[in-house]
Amino acid sequence: MADEEEEMHEEKLAASGKDEVFPDLPEQVQLVRVDEPVVEAERLSLYYGEKQALFDVSIKVPKNKITAFIGPSGCGKSTLLRCFNRLNDLIDGVRVEGTVVVSGIDIYNSNIDITELRKRVGIVFQKSNPFPKSVYENVVYGPRIAGVRSKPVLNGIAERSLRQAALWDEVKDRLGESALMLSGGQQQRLCIARAIAVEPDVLLMDEPCSALDPIATAKIEELMRELKENYTIVIVTHNMQQAGRVADYTAFMYLGRVIEFNVTESLFVTPANKHTEAYVTGRFG
Amino acid sequence: MKNFWKSGDPYVWLTGGALMTSLLMVGGLLLLIGAKGLGFFWPEDIAQMRLKDGTVLLGRITGKEKIPSIVGDSEDRTRVHLKIGNRDLYGLDFKWVDEDRIEKIEFPLGAVVLERREWGDMYAFIEDIERDGVSLPGEEEGLWEALGGLIREARGIYSRIREIETEEIGRINYRIERKELKIKALKLKGKGGEEWGEGRVARLEAEIEGERALYLEKEKELEALYRKLNENDVVMKTADGRSKTVPVGGIVRAYRPNAMGVLLKLGLYGSKLKEFLLDSPRESNTEGGVFPAIFGTVFMVLIMSVAVMPFGVLAAVYLAEYARPGPFVQIVRICINNLAGVPSIVFGIFGVGFFIYGIGGTIDSFFYPEALPTPTYGTGGILWASLTLALLTLPVVIVATEEGLSAVPTAVKHGSYALGATKSETLRRVMIPTAMPGILTGLILAIARATGEVAPLMITGVVKLAPTLPIDANFPYVHLDRKFMHLGFHIYDVGFQSPNVEAAKSMVYATTLLLIAIVLVLTIFAVVIRSRLRKKYSFGEL
Repeated sequence: MADEEEEMHEEKLAASGKDEVFPDLPEQVQLVRVDEPVVEAERLSLYYGEKQALFDVSIKVPKNKITAFIGPSGCGKSTLLRCFNRLNDLIDGVRVEGTVVVSGIDIYNSNIDITELRKRVGIVFQKSNPFPKSVYENVVYGPRIAGVRSKPVLNGIAERSLRQAALWDEVKDRLGESALMLSGGQQQRLCIARAIAVEPDVLLMDEPCSALDPIATAKIEELMRELKENYTIVIVTHNMQQAGRVADYTAFMYLGRVIEFNVTESLFVTPANKHTEAYVTGRFG
Repeated sequence: MKNFWKSGDPYVWLTGGALMTSLLMVGGLLLLIGAKGLGFFWPEDIAQMRLKDGTVLLGRITGKEKIPSIVGDSEDRTRVHLKIGNRDLYGLDFKWVDEDRIEKIEFPLGAVVLERREWGDMYAFIEDIERDGVSLPGEEEGLWEALGGLIREARGIYSRIREIETEEIGRINYRIERKELKIKALKLKGKGGEEWGEGRVARLEAEIEGERALYLEKEKELEALYRKLNENDVVMKTADGRSKTVPVGGIVRAYRPNAMGVLLKLGLYGSKLKEFLLDSPRESNTEGGVFPAIFGTVFMVLIMSVAVMPFGVLAAVYLAEYARPGPFVQIVRICINNLAGVPSIVFGIFGVGFFIYGIGGTIDSFFYPEALPTPTYGTGGILWASLTLALLTLPVVIVATEEGLSAVPTAVKHGSYALGATKSETLRRVMIPTAMPGILTGLILAIARATGEVAPLMITGVVKLAPTLPIDANFPYVHLDRKFMHLGFHIYDVGFQSPNVEAAKSMVYATTLLLIAIVLVLTIFAVVIRSRLRKKYSFGEL
């Protein structure tokens, strides 16, 4: 529900086009060179029906790094994130222009196998959404869908994923219990374990900590730093401190545009754009 | 006063009162049925009434009421309802006796109740026992003891007779029938010019001869058993002094309630209850048990559930997940909802036209041409009745399933898609298991409705008395073409269509109680499964 509300909000803001605070439309600048992009969006525009939510977004996401999207509510950061695994397709009336290339494949090409794409680009949602099944069944859901039948293989995947998600020690004795019995933070880590069980290239995280307490949040952030060894992570966050703590690169988005994209430290310390500066110093947002 | 209204208390009283009234009405109904239904099996004392004019009556007091008073007659007079039994002697089972005509009421210890296979109960005293026409010596007590032994012996013989009649001879008849049909089928084939194997026909005919010989053998055995069964008679003396000879073989049980303690009565109660639950009916359903009706009801509900679940769930999945939302789908949804309100007899008529004449008739002409013009599936049967009820309960299942599916959180659905699952995989692995409690709620409602439904069954295969159950030891063991008995219809039949309504009244209460109990048991069964699934699939805070 919250997602939908936010989308509505995004729509409205994006539709209003010009903003009141800054009459001049901001230029989009990518100040950092990315040599080995895993995800590359090129002049990406997205429409909810008649209303445009993303405007000519171009961005390159570097490999094995954590990239954060920050920006005020409704700036299109979640929408952009969901373009990377075509989850926006599930919403009626969505239309996309431009290209998104993931690992060298144009994912908006009509020939692409969308389920295959979603196996390569995993996502963790704002609210943990474990299936009403056992912990074990949650983790092996993706591999099972992918056709893995062998019990030993599945067991191996389950253990590896849960260990990577730093959840193994807490749940190893109750793999058969319902996932809904876990605490909120554990559920979110279970969702991460579930997402990495299919060994994706990219892991998208849509405000993964916004429903968690500080301790659970710290655990997830710690986990992200470990996971970037193996995965490229893109995280959407409302929380600038969080972006500062975990992200290697940060993109500031506003009104459906990427305003500034840079190494996190530079973006926060020496923002090139006045909107970015206004946002990171807390003058609006 | 103003404060009283403002306080909101009146609304509490109003709503609480409405709830209480409803509960009282339902509770009263159940209490009435429970008391009357369970009281039916209690062996009550036998009263002997001496009237002022000298007549003596023996029977069970079943009620008392005020005599409807004539104008000006201020005096309150009451009359007693007495079950006097002995239908073969008096013609009537019941008698009203004005209380002021009674001189004395006694409860003689020697009063005997004979439950007979014919003519209903007999209330009388034991006078003599005749063995092959020779009187047995002894006083009343001795005779009573002897009678008990004789009845036990006769019951053994009788159950053997039943076994031969229903099972052994039934099996032989069934085999003969099938072989005759096979011959007919072979001959039909022969008309087409094909080789029709006269050899096989001859062999089958020889086999039939063999079966006939077997049949004759069984018949001889039966004859001998019947002779043995009827060799003892008991002579009973009624309260008004008449003697009546009753064959011991025709007695189900005999007891002297006035001489029995509570424990003995409880034992008898249990044995009567067991008979009610496990035996076949007799005396045009007004006595004996209702087992075939229990079996028919439960079996029919099971077939209905098996038929309605897949159809209902699949249709609901299409409506909820695949159909493009719009006015057309909305209209379909409204139609389905309204279908639940169509009178059940309409479904029954549709069942006759579509299932019985349409599908059944077609099946007959393709698969059972040898039996025609006798229909096999082209007539009412348990399969068609179950399918008609499945149709009747389909809307309930569809609506409940759709609600269950729409209650699955979108986040969970998207989580599955995000892992690369297709729509059908998501449905099968996440949506339907999660919606299962909702689906089972639909099934519970369907079962509750189908179990109590009578009208559509009356024209699609329910009969007053079915000689055989839909499942028996004859190949292919499950006979879905057979007619069956049903508790709901049984209540109607016994209560309103039997020749002896007054005597059957208690039976109606007992059967009603049983039907309610069966609905309850079936429902509880489904509720237990549902609550287990709920625990497994509950979403907590989501």
